[in-house]
Amino acid sequence: MILAGKRPAWARGLKPSDFIATAVLLTITLAIPFIAYEQSRGAFPDGNIAGTMSFYTAFLVTVGVFALLTMGLNIQWGYTGVINFGVLAFFMLGAYTTAIITKGDPQGDFTTYIGGWGNDLNLIPALATDQWLPFVIATAAAALAAGLLALLVAFPTLHLREDYLAIATIGIAEVMRRVVIEERWMVNGSRGLTGVPQPLGGLVDQSDYKYLNVVIVGIVVIIVFFALERAVRSPWGRVLRGLSDDEEATAASGKNVFAFKTQSFVVGAAIMGIGGSMYAYAFSALSPDAFTHLFATFIFWAMLMVGGSGNNKGAIAGAYVIWGLWTISLQMQGYELGDVIESRMPFIRGLLLGVAIVGVLLIRPLGLLPQERRVSAWVERRVKKERSTPAPPAET
Amino acid sequence: MTKTQAAPLLEVKDVVAGYASEVDILHGVSITVHGGEMVAIIGPNGAGKSTLLRAIFGLLAARRGQIKLKGQDVTNHAPNELVLRGLSYVPQVDNVFPSLSILENLEMGAFIREEGLAERLEYVLSLFPDLAGRRGEKAGKLSGGQRQMLALGRALMLDPNVLLLDEPSASLSPKMVDMIFDRIKMINAEGTGILLVEQNAREALSVCHRGYVLAMGENRLEGEAKSLLDNEEVGKLYMGT
Amino acid sequence: MATPQTISPNLGDRLRGFQRSAGNIAAGGGLWAAIIGFTVWAAFAERDALTVGIVLGAILALGAVGLTLIFGVLKFAHFAHGDSMMLSAFIAWLLLNGIIVGERAGSETTLLPVTINDLPGADSAIWEFSFGYGLIVAMLLTAVLTAGMMVGIDRVVYRRLRRRKSGIVIFAIASLGLAFVMRSVILIFWGPTPRLYTPGIRNRIDLPFDVSVLADQLFILAAAFVVTGIVYVMLFRTKLGKAMRAMADNPDLALISGIDTDRIITWTWAVAGCLIAVAGVLLALQAHLDSELGFALLLPLFAAAIVGGLGNPQGALVGGFVVGITQEVAVTFDFLSPGYKFSVAFAILILILLVRPRGLFGERS
Repeated sequence: MILAGKRPAWARGLKPSDFIATAVLLTITLAIPFIAYEQSRGAFPDGNIAGTMSFYTAFLVTVGVFALLTMGLNIQWGYTGVINFGVLAFFMLGAYTTAIITKGDPQGDFTTYIGGWGNDLNLIPALATDQWLPFVIATAAAALAAGLLALLVAFPTLHLREDYLAIATIGIAEVMRRVVIEERWMVNGSRGLTGVPQPLGGLVDQSDYKYLNVVIVGIVVIIVFFALERAVRSPWGRVLRGLSDDEEATAASGKNVFAFKTQSFVVGAAIMGIGGSMYAYAFSALSPDAFTHLFATFIFWAMLMVGGSGNNKGAIAGAYVIWGLWTISLQMQGYELGDVIESRMPFIRGLLLGVAIVGVLLIRPLGLLPQERRVSAWVERRVKKERSTPAPPAET
Repeated sequence: MTKTQAAPLLEVKDVVAGYASEVDILHGVSITVHGGEMVAIIGPNGAGKSTLLRAIFGLLAARRGQIKLKGQDVTNHAPNELVLRGLSYVPQVDNVFPSLSILENLEMGAFIREEGLAERLEYVLSLFPDLAGRRGEKAGKLSGGQRQMLALGRALMLDPNVLLLDEPSASLSPKMVDMIFDRIKMINAEGTGILLVEQNAREALSVCHRGYVLAMGENRLEGEAKSLLDNEEVGKLYMGT
Repeated sequence: MATPQTISPNLGDRLRGFQRSAGNIAAGGGLWAAIIGFTVWAAFAERDALTVGIVLGAILALGAVGLTLIFGVLKFAHFAHGDSMMLSAFIAWLLLNGIIVGERAGSETTLLPVTINDLPGADSAIWEFSFGYGLIVAMLLTAVLTAGMMVGIDRVVYRRLRRRKSGIVIFAIASLGLAFVMRSVILIFWGPTPRLYTPGIRNRIDLPFDVSVLADQLFILAAAFVVTGIVYVMLFRTKLGKAMRAMADNPDLALISGIDTDRIITWTWAVAGCLIAVAGVLLALQAHLDSELGFALLLPLFAAAIVGGLGNPQGALVGGFVVGITQEVAVTFDFLSPGYKFSVAFAILILILLVRPRGLFGERS
């Protein structure tokens, strides 16, 4: 308050947390290239450009894949207030669907999985291929599978209170993990799947594929982003906002609300399926061990809450910030922090993610990027309501 | 009665209130209840009758105006404080704890009070012998009329000075309406001031001393119950005659 | 003044009441028949699995009663329930022997200067049990600590959200965040390796009808029975418990009646904390202490609470046994590997949501 008068014109109306948000974004953006360089020094004492770049591209690809999943969650939670605590299920289904469609026949005695149409689609054996249509089809199939699964979960639960769906999504995540591990004939159990073909691998030299990888994931992120922005501003999106703005109307047209929530849940899940598909392409190997609650559900909640619920740019920013901080903390492990902290670093990171979610809820419910307010009808309204409702005066 | 009229039990002055982020429903309503009095608020649907009771009971913030209980300012005080000061409220619906027994419902009415519980319970059960016979049964199993009795009984457990009743006759059979109003009269005869909101204007005015007519969130008419009953405008507008 | 007269409910009221209860019995009847039939069949065909199921059911029942209490009074699904159970199991471990992971992962060090096992004879086994009175002391102390912890969390997090009138979804997400905080705390102090309270062989006891159980399991059943009894008396005989049920029934009316809702909420967390602690320690005694178990446990816990009707403590008790028994017996079938245990709980949950979302004991729709 005292400072407000001394601030330059552009800074008026900014809160201290806005400066913190900017500082965080800047720090990450500056630190990542430095870390990339440091990482490459492991192999080359003076650092080397190829090592630096492969670290850097891997970082960007991960952010892109995570941004897709966070945008999917944003459609569900940010716009409609539908809780999904089982992102893992849709993520995993998308990734495995893509893998079994594009991979070739199972090789060796210890590998069994269904599908494997890669040879028929001419994706295999030429691992480096310039075919693109089958990859798009596999991604579409991933989206479709995830969407169908969402429909299945939504049917018995979405007409009930919001938290029933949340419980059901935890369940479907557990079932998905179990099926992948127990049914070895299906997707090779806990051994996982490797060698998912790389899209457009024939276009560039294998050592340069990492750049193409960034471009492909980047294009998908951009397509999904603009598609979602369009959808949110379309009549469909307006129905959403209209419904969530007027509680009377919501109650009066209960059926419409159910249909809308289902649609948003299914669309969000389909985007998660696309994210899973991109994950399979980008990292080319899948293992049930990689799909933990922390890495396949919880981290996306942290990204969305921190970035800003109900805001697609926020979802992308959240993915960038959280993964950036994650990467920085991984690098810090290389410094002398002492054994006590170092051996516990992975768990401390988990702790901080949990604290971040609760902290955002308590301190800054709109997340880092609150400017896109127009779009975040649902959360915006919630927060406004919370602020405008006078607290019961003499509560003890 | 003449003596208590000097210091009104409940005084509502120019109260403006509405639900959060919505337009005001009450645009300055004033109401007075004197000691031993039974006052009816009538008016068409959406006049703000129930909203007024909620505002008096602190369930809804009054944006302007003043509410005084026994001469003391209690504007926007929390319900649990108002209960301590002798105000009780019976909502129109959901006014019992369905999975608690009748006895437990009454006990909850007296949650903040320890002494004199037994006598109070005896009084309430003598007022509603129907309940006395089924005291161990769950309130959810009661009929509409018995629920209303239990709701009244719960509100009486603290021996309130003023009782706020929201449509006590809503959706009851005619026989049951007579019975409920009869009991309200008995409660009033014991000295408890009563402010009731009613859709059923004729019935309400025939048992109350005075009445207020509310419309569009404002005072329209007020006066002795008898004179309101005979008033042509009231008859035309709210009693369908 | 007319003298009070008895009024009997009119015919319409009576008929409607009869219809409602008849519908309830018909819809519930099928489920009840299935549950009882399955249990009786299991008593002949899969006696061992049934025994384990009953033990697990008792543990789940304790957890689910706490979960349903929180849901009833605070109206939100507490997603940190499983992880708080595991965290209290580890707190009991710490009180017992003071051990945490040392400087390097895998090494061990003692954190507490004095532990319960230092008391004379605390770790020498009682009767045929695998543990001494130390574990019981640790369990009771943990109950107090966990109750304090839950109340503290409510003060810092949930109460603030309540003051802001946040929606139930916000509470759900906050509790999920806290679940991961708790799980991380376990990992930071005790690492990912599963542990047991006491090493060594568990003694078996032979009971009539060819039933054989571990002595420890008898203790679990007895402890669950005692704690349930205490909670029952608290809920139905004390003013505090009645006020909790009143708040679960109709929070607005509770406020109108002048019930101090903040105080009731505090006590609800305290009681739920005690239940969480006892359930957590007993679970760790039956299975093991494992950071992974907490989150997975949410499924059978919620299934149990929903089977009994969310917010209904007696229902949760029955629901715990239904889920525990079904889960254990179902995985003896050839087509279901033991890995699907929690998936069975999920199947029960979906079934009940489809057939009867208000649960076996729910009266209101």
